[in-house]
Order: sequence, then structure tokens, then C-alpha cells
Amino acid sequence: MSEQEVTSTDNVGKNEDEIDPAQDPRLELLAKKPDQMEKLIALCFVVAIVCFVAMMVFYVKGSSTQVEGALMAVGFGGLGVGMVAWGKYLMPKGPFEEERHLIGSTEEDQKAFADVFIGRGTVAVKRRSFLGKLLGLATAVFGIFALGPIMDSLGPNPGKALDSTAWKKGSKVVSEHGRAIKVDDLEVGGFMTVFPEGNVGSYDGQTLLIRAGSSDIVTMAGRETWGPKGYLAYSKVCTHAGCPISLYQQETEQLLCPCHQSLFNVLQAAEPVFGPAPRPLPQLPLAIDKNGYIVAQAGYNEPIGPGYWNF
Amino acid sequence: MPSLLKKDKPKQTGAEKATAGAKWLDDRLGLAKGGRVFFNKIFPDHWSFMLGEIALYSFVVLLVTGVFLTLYYVPSADMMTYHGSYAPLKGTQVSAAYNSTLAISFNVRFGLLVRQMHHWAADIFLGAIAVHMCRVFFTGAFRRPRELNWIVGVTLLILGISNGFLGYSLPDDLISGTGLRIMFSVVESIPVVGTHLAFWLFGGNYPGNGVIIPRMYMLHVLLVPAIMVALVGAHLALLVKQKHTQFSGPGKTEKNVVGTPMWPGFMFKTQGYFFLVVAVLAGLGGWAQINPIWQYGQYFPYKVSYAVQPDWYMGWLDGALRIMPSWEFQNFGYMIPNMFFPSVLLPGIAFNIFIVWPFIEAKVRKDYKEHHLLERPRDNPWRTSIGAGALAFFFMLFAASSTDVLANYFNISLNLVLWFFRFATYIIPFIVSAVTYKMCLELQALGQYGGRRKRFNVVLRTAEGEYLSVKTPARPGDLDILSGEEEEPLELTEQVSQKLRESAELIGVSGSESTKVQPPADEGVRTVERD
Ligand code: HEM
Ligand code: FES
Repeated sequence: MSEQEVTSTDNVGKNEDEIDPAQDPRLELLAKKPDQMEKLIALCFVVAIVCFVAMMVFYVKGSSTQVEGALMAVGFGGLGVGMVAWGKYLMPKGPFEEERHLIGSTEEDQKAFADVFIGRGTVAVKRRSFLGKLLGLATAVFGIFALGPIMDSLGPNPGKALDSTAWKKGSKVVSEHGRAIKVDDLEVGGFMTVFPEGNVGSYDGQTLLIRAGSSDIVTMAGRETWGPKGYLAYSKVCTHAGCPISLYQQETEQLLCPCHQSLFNVLQAAEPVFGPAPRPLPQLPLAIDKNGYIVAQAGYNEPIGPGYWNF
Repeated sequence: MPSLLKKDKPKQTGAEKATAGAKWLDDRLGLAKGGRVFFNKIFPDHWSFMLGEIALYSFVVLLVTGVFLTLYYVPSADMMTYHGSYAPLKGTQVSAAYNSTLAISFNVRFGLLVRQMHHWAADIFLGAIAVHMCRVFFTGAFRRPRELNWIVGVTLLILGISNGFLGYSLPDDLISGTGLRIMFSVVESIPVVGTHLAFWLFGGNYPGNGVIIPRMYMLHVLLVPAIMVALVGAHLALLVKQKHTQFSGPGKTEKNVVGTPMWPGFMFKTQGYFFLVVAVLAGLGGWAQINPIWQYGQYFPYKVSYAVQPDWYMGWLDGALRIMPSWEFQNFGYMIPNMFFPSVLLPGIAFNIFIVWPFIEAKVRKDYKEHHLLERPRDNPWRTSIGAGALAFFFMLFAASSTDVLANYFNISLNLVLWFFRFATYIIPFIVSAVTYKMCLELQALGQYGGRRKRFNVVLRTAEGEYLSVKTPARPGDLDILSGEEEEPLELTEQVSQKLRESAELIGVSGSESTKVQPPADEGVRTVERD
């Protein structure tokens, strides 16, 4: 049935009797030896069948991802090659032609449409424009009502959540396992991730505790007491895009963010010296309590992490 | 069994049954007329028309493999202890999402294959879309009447990139989690509404209250794919309605389409292409490891991943983040963060230009006519050079996403690499544009001879030591470069043919062959003296 159908392809709008299918060169096949081609395609399909049967076997017996992938690739490869060859070599070779017609409607059709739309409908609607306004108002009121439940179910308003962290005056500095840190826990050149006691694992509490020296370090004017016994603490959240800062390079006294390679100068209040980070890492003022534990003198005095609109 | 009795004539029965069935349907739906037009739809025979098909079929693979993954994946951030079969992680704390992705990878038969096929299909889907879009752009296929389909296509690209990012974030591994954190900062950086949007998405300040994974899951498997399926449908419907474009050539005009009809030729071939796409993806899924999340570990907000690498289609955005200077603007107590420029403004501008490009071009070129014949890129140097420049720009951004790798590889300082990209990303596109423009003009100057074969010249030395350059006879399609006309074989002058015969004998070519060499009368033969 297919060949008869295709004859008409070329003759959109023409009388189908005009071309004798027996003499239409477009209906010839591309294959010189169709029977051989058929055998080849059959072979492809047989390969596919074999692969798919093997897949069943391996599904039951279990195998490796490589075997599964190879069988599936060869199986579908067989189907694909077979189908493409079938479509290309054993189907009328063409080329066929199709006429293009104007896509837009005729002017009469457009006018007729306008008559119906405006003449019958819009005019009738406009006559009662007050009703239309009421309808609009009703929908708008519903829309405003819907905002409430939608926004509430999404999440809270930011409020002051971004301004502060769990660190506050006297917070004990603890490790990620909750162990309090004593003044001689870190050697000079050592560093670790710490949290405020009671808030281990929190995102915005994460802080880098660095021992950059053995005596008090002042990173900038006004921070005279913040670095007792060479201990410095900076927010671990990069001020660029919020990745956790990973690396302390002791020789250069720099902190490196792995995401976009921003560098911060440890001895100068974590001033950014390289990369896209625009602001220093906030510094946590430290103190050493009477038992030798490291604690926070106060929370961070500025928001940690990347910038945001309500700064 | 009745069917056994009819065994001698099963074919006829089948055909009759089919006809009856078709009639039954048509009596109720009236499809015959439209169906015929549909089956008659012509597809031009040019390889570049296959790019869209590859995108379509990768998308189908995404849908099918994705459904398989949903049967096992658990969209939950609840923590649990890992008891699966991957030894290094045994006994560690993992989220249900990460746990189920590990289970898909190690404990579900064909699970890892399907998971890797899904990921590869995403990469190839977006690659095919990008190349398909280049084809449409550089040949001017987006011109009237196809502007709407261009817009549908760009929308599909944007949705595809978004859904790829969402899917990438689902396994809750260390790398994807870090990517998600960056996304929080991106949203946060949007002026005025940013912080609210970010809190609404994540259900609170980062990392949120555990809703982000189920929400991304809903978007990834339902909302975005549903919109995409609808848009793909619209894309194809428009294609049928407006018919294909075609390159110009013998018998091809603005008023027709020449090629293979939908039924049967194209349907068979395209079905074959679908199988081939599946085959390639299965091969990749089986052999090319992708996203081995068990190596990265569970995401914890304070843990660090060393190689933060997004999928390739996000690379240009990552590169833009890296080369952005460390600026931040603060005014009236409000801040426009650094992130805003490379990750909101840049893609915003880029995608908006993509979307309105057909209208920009129509306006600039004052060309509002319908076009169904495609242009070759050289035919429109203006557009081609802009497109090439844009490609170079995106490529530079993409390359900038591996500044650290490049610095290591070439053993130069990261500082140098960074500053190179900060300038080169803006300079190189202009150079590429200029070179492309020039190349288009040169190709145009070749005119109709471009790509044609030149006629061979044979250089011979005569017995006297004289050199002769003789044109070989014209073969069909050979053109004379100067006149542009197909050449008639010319008669030999007696002197030249005599010399040729002598030299041919000397070099052992038989006499009859050498007489076939037919040089043109005067300039075809040049004598070269040895000095
Ligand atoms: C535009 C279409 C889509 C794209 C670009 C895409 C992309 C991705 C990517 C890159 C992943 C990460 C895979 C990994 O773990 O390495 C993923 C995961 C996933 N996708 Fe899709 N996907 C698409 C559509 C779908 C659909 C339609 C479904 C379901 C009906 C689906 C279901 C899933 C599931 C359940 C996962 C998580 C399981 C896992 O990570 O192993 N995806 N997707
Ligand atoms: S997040 Fe630290 S450099 Fe980008």
C-alpha cells in the first residue's frame, strides 16, 4: 500500500492519474541489490534479538554495568542501522516535492474572523463593561488571598536571619565532634573547623580556627584582643558564593576557597587578595577562659557569607 | 483455533482488518485528510536537520530512564546510617536521597547503567540543542515565519539547563550540594526580592528546613518535564504547519520543499536514528563513568569538595563567576552583590538577546519577508560574524571555569591565568568576529567556483630540458577559475603536441595516452627555463 500512497506525494493538488507509478523514477530503490540489502538488514535485527535475549539472561543472573551497556548498545545499534538502511535503501528514493502554501489566512478569512470576534462577541461584552470590571476585581481579590497561603507554605521571611549566627558572647569553641578546644590543642600552623557549642554542624556557625603563631596576633586596629596566643577565627563561609573555605597555606598565611580560588590574608583580617571574593571573611573575637578553653568574646559583628540585598 | 485455518491467506485478512479498523476510526475522528497531509510532509535530506532529532531522542531517553530512576530514588534529606554494599561508606551517616542513589548504583540491576544513561542523555541533550541552535542561527532559519519556533527553542534550552541542574542536585552528594549552596547565593543576589526568593525556595536560611530536595524533585520529574513536553509538542506542530526550510539547490525554491516524505522513508530512518541515539547513550552509560557520587561522599554544609565541577552546560556560568572582579556595590544601605553580575545579569542579558534576536535582525536588516530557503553562513557575514563572536565569548567563559586546571597543566601562576581570562574573554570574541567576517567575504568572492575542483596542470620536462605546464582535459564539473565557464577541450598546437609526445615516450607513457593531454592554445602552456 505504501508505494501507491507515495505516488501522490508529489502531486498535491494534481490529478493522481497523471503519473504512471510504474514509470515514476522516484519510486525506484536506492539499493542496487535489494535482496542482499534485505539480508543485511535482517542480520542487524537478528543481532539485536540476540543481544536483548542476552540482556534478559544477565538480568536474572546479574552482571556488570559494562556488559549491560555493551549489549544494549549493540542491540539498539543493530535496530538503528537496520531501520536507517531500510528507510534509505529499500524505500522509494525520491526526491519528492511538496508545495508550500501561504501560511497566513486570506484577507477575507481574517475579516470574517474579525467580524465574528468583534462584531458578535467583543461589542456584546463591552456593552456590559461594568460586569467585566467586577469579574476582574473578584479574580484579583482571590489572587491576593492566594498569595498568603502560597508564601507561607514556601518558607519564612528572611527578617534578621541573615544578620547573625549562633555565636554569642561566651560560646565555647567546639570541634565537629562537639569536643571543646583547649589552648594547646593546635600546633602553630594547624587549623580546624569549629562550631559554637550546641550548634555543631550548622551552616552559618562553621568557623575556621587557625593557630597562626604562639603569641597574640592583631589583624587590624580595633581587634587588639581578638587573637589570643596566636589563635585566629574566621567564618568558614566564603564571602563570594558561600562555599566552605578549605585550605590554610601556612607559608603565605593565606586561606583558599576551592570553588573559585579566592585567597584571603590570614594576618590582615582575612582581606581578599585574589579572585572574585569582594569582602574579608568576618573575624570571630576569641578569648581563653580560666580553664584554658577557647571561647568567643562575642558573636560576629557583621553578617557572614555572600552579599545580599538587605545588607 | 480459527486463525490456524486461515493460514494460507493471512496477509489479505490482515490488510482487510486494517482497512476496516482505519475506517472505524476515521468515521469517528475524520483523520484521513489530515493524515494524508501529515504522511506527505517532506523532510529535506541534509545532515544538519538531524541535530534537532538527536535532541528530541535524547529527551525521550531522559523521560524513560528518568521514570525508571523514580522507582528507586527517595527524595528526602532525612539522615540514616548506610548499610548498603559499598564498603568504604558502611556505617556512615547519609541522607535518604544519597542512600537511594547509592542503591541505584550498586544494588539495582541495570541501575547504574540507567543512572549513567540518564546523566549522559542530559549532557547530550543539551549539546544537541546547542548545536541545533547554531544550525538554525547561522543559516537564518529563524527568520519570518519561524520566529515563534525560535523562541520555543530557546525556552527549551533554558528549561533544559535548569532541569539538568535540578537533577544534578538530587543525589545530595558533596559536589552537587556545594553547587546548590552556590545557587542559594545566586538567588540571594537578585536585587530587592533575592533574599525572599532564596528563603522561600529553601524553606529558610541555608541549608533550609529539609524541603529543598523534595521540592527540586517535584520540579525535576514533574513540573519542568511537563512544560518541556508541551513545548516540544508545540515545536513539532509548528514545524509541520510551517514546513521545513531547505538549502537552495536544483529544483528547490521558496515555494516548495524537496526531500523524503514522512511515510514511509522518513519514519523508518528517524526511528533508526532514535535507536542509534539509544545505542550511543547505552554505550556511554555502560562504559564512560559519569558522576561517581560514592567517591564524593554525603553532602554536609561544612565539608569541602576539592573539585567543584558542574556539568558542561553550567560551565560558562561558573567561568563567569571566576573571572568577575571582586566588586560589590553598596548604596543607600543596600547592596548589589558580586554574584549578581555574572550569574543573574549575564545569563539574563544573554537569554533575552537570544529570544529577541529574530526581531533585532529583521529590524536592522529591514527584512520582513518570508524566507524558506536557507542562507549559507557566508551569505550573511554580518550575522555569521556576530554569531561566531558570541560562540567565542561563551567558549572563553567555559574555558575560564577551569582556570586552576589550566594553571596546573601549563605550570603557570593562577594569577596570570585569571588576568588573561579577565581580558581575553572580551577581546578574543572581537578578533574571532573580524576574522569570520573576512572569511565570509573571501568565501563569497570564490562565488560559484567555491568548492569546485580546479583543473589539474601537468608539468612535463621535454627532451631538451624545457618544462611545460599542460592543463589536463576538462572533466565534467571542472571550471576555469578565471572565466568561470566550463571548459571545452581545446585543440593542441602542433608544436606542443609534438613535444608532449616526445617527452611522454621518454617517461614511458604510451603514445596514445599522451595525446589525450590537451593544452589550451596560448597561456595554458608555459615554458619554464632553468637558471
Ligand atoms: C530535561 C530533562 C532532564 C534532564 C536534563 C535531567 C537531568 C538529570 C541529571 C543530570 C541527573 C543527575 C544524575 C546523576 O545522579 O548523575 C538527574 C537525576 C534524576 N532524574 Fe533527571 N533529567 C531530566 C528529566 C527527568 C525526568 C522526566 C525524570 C522522571 C520522570 C527524571 C528523574 C530523575 C531522577 C529520579 C533523578 C535522581 C536519581 C539519580 O540521581 O540517580 N529526570 N536528572
Ligand atoms: S565561593 Fe569562594 S571563591 Fe567563589
